[in-house]
Amino acid sequence: MLTLTSPVETWLHRCPAGVKLAALAAVTVGLISMEGLVGPSLALVAVGALYLSCGLLRYGLRSLLPLWPFLLVLAVWHGWTGTLAEGGTVALRLITAVAAANLVTMTTRLTDMVTVLERLAGPLRHLGLPPRTLALALALVIRFIPVLSDRISTLRFAWAARSARRAGWAILVPTTLAALDDADRVAEALRARGGAG
Amino acid sequence: MERSVTHVALFAALVAVLGLVPQIALPGGVPVTAQSLGIMLCGTVLGARRGALAVGLFLLLVALGLPILTGGRGGLGVFAGPSVGFLLGFPVAAFVAGLVTERAALPIGWAAAAGAFLGGIVVLYVLGAAGWALMLGKSMAEVQVFLLGFLPGDLIKVALAGLITRSVARMRPGSLLSRPA
Repeated sequence: MLTLTSPVETWLHRCPAGVKLAALAAVTVGLISMEGLVGPSLALVAVGALYLSCGLLRYGLRSLLPLWPFLLVLAVWHGWTGTLAEGGTVALRLITAVAAANLVTMTTRLTDMVTVLERLAGPLRHLGLPPRTLALALALVIRFIPVLSDRISTLRFAWAARSARRAGWAILVPTTLAALDDADRVAEALRARGGAG
Repeated sequence: MERSVTHVALFAALVAVLGLVPQIALPGGVPVTAQSLGIMLCGTVLGARRGALAVGLFLLLVALGLPILTGGRGGLGVFAGPSVGFLLGFPVAAFVAGLVTERAALPIGWAAAAGAFLGGIVVLYVLGAAGWALMLGKSMAEVQVFLLGFLPGDLIKVALAGLITRSVARMRPGSLLSRPA
């Protein structure tokens, strides 16, 4: 299945995922404590430079699009109350934090992310969640997203063959039943092969 | 054990798929994406604990970089954005929806609708608004007006969660983990 990782390999792809995630955490915590306009602006320029060095600037800007309604609200609000500088700090912090996080996602492969996750989840074994079960659950979800997606398409075609209107909420009932039935069958198949534990 | 794992995984996949599929027409013809309905169903069908785990697993895959949030969004960036309160509120919403469905002394459809309302609207809105307030530097009172835009659609989803859970209870009484037969 498609992920948000950039298929074009950059130097950041070759950085260890753990290092990138730790740096991201540090940057995000640092941003929260920044006041004024200079600090957040410099941080944004630095993140922009990282994007440029990877040649991902265009994708980076596109992935920031979902933020515009919030930036509009901030602009109107702070324009109205005459506190544009404060609003600028909030907006800059927000854009920089989201851009930095997107960059890590774009330059880290799913397998590398899962490896870090498995290492981090190791201690959870003492709480009754073995890393193997977590890995199995992740793999099951990734495998079953296209399966359930096909199931919904089939139901939609069946609907379209019988009705002139578009598919209504009623197809969510067989969809939910399909998920429940698949879960039972996969559980049986797992048990037959030695179990999930 | 296997059954818990597969139900949690399949419902995480269901939540993802409900955000990917082209929109579904609500009664009245308004198209919406059904991801938040999927969150409610995790709780009302799987129960509090498994429902919250399923939604948590879904969020984990979002964080790992799968574009499975409504609108094809995903990755670590969404957790740094203003809507982080809603994202982290999703598993809590599923837990509350499941808890009410398990415990309420009501017929299953009504119990599920009540749970979906408490979890998917009351709890989720409080956490979502707290996230907005924190990320945008505002107070809770100042951001709550923006929630009103979501209310009509979410109320319809609450009703649908009740209806769908009731249908599941009729057709697969043994599979309704929130109220084991």
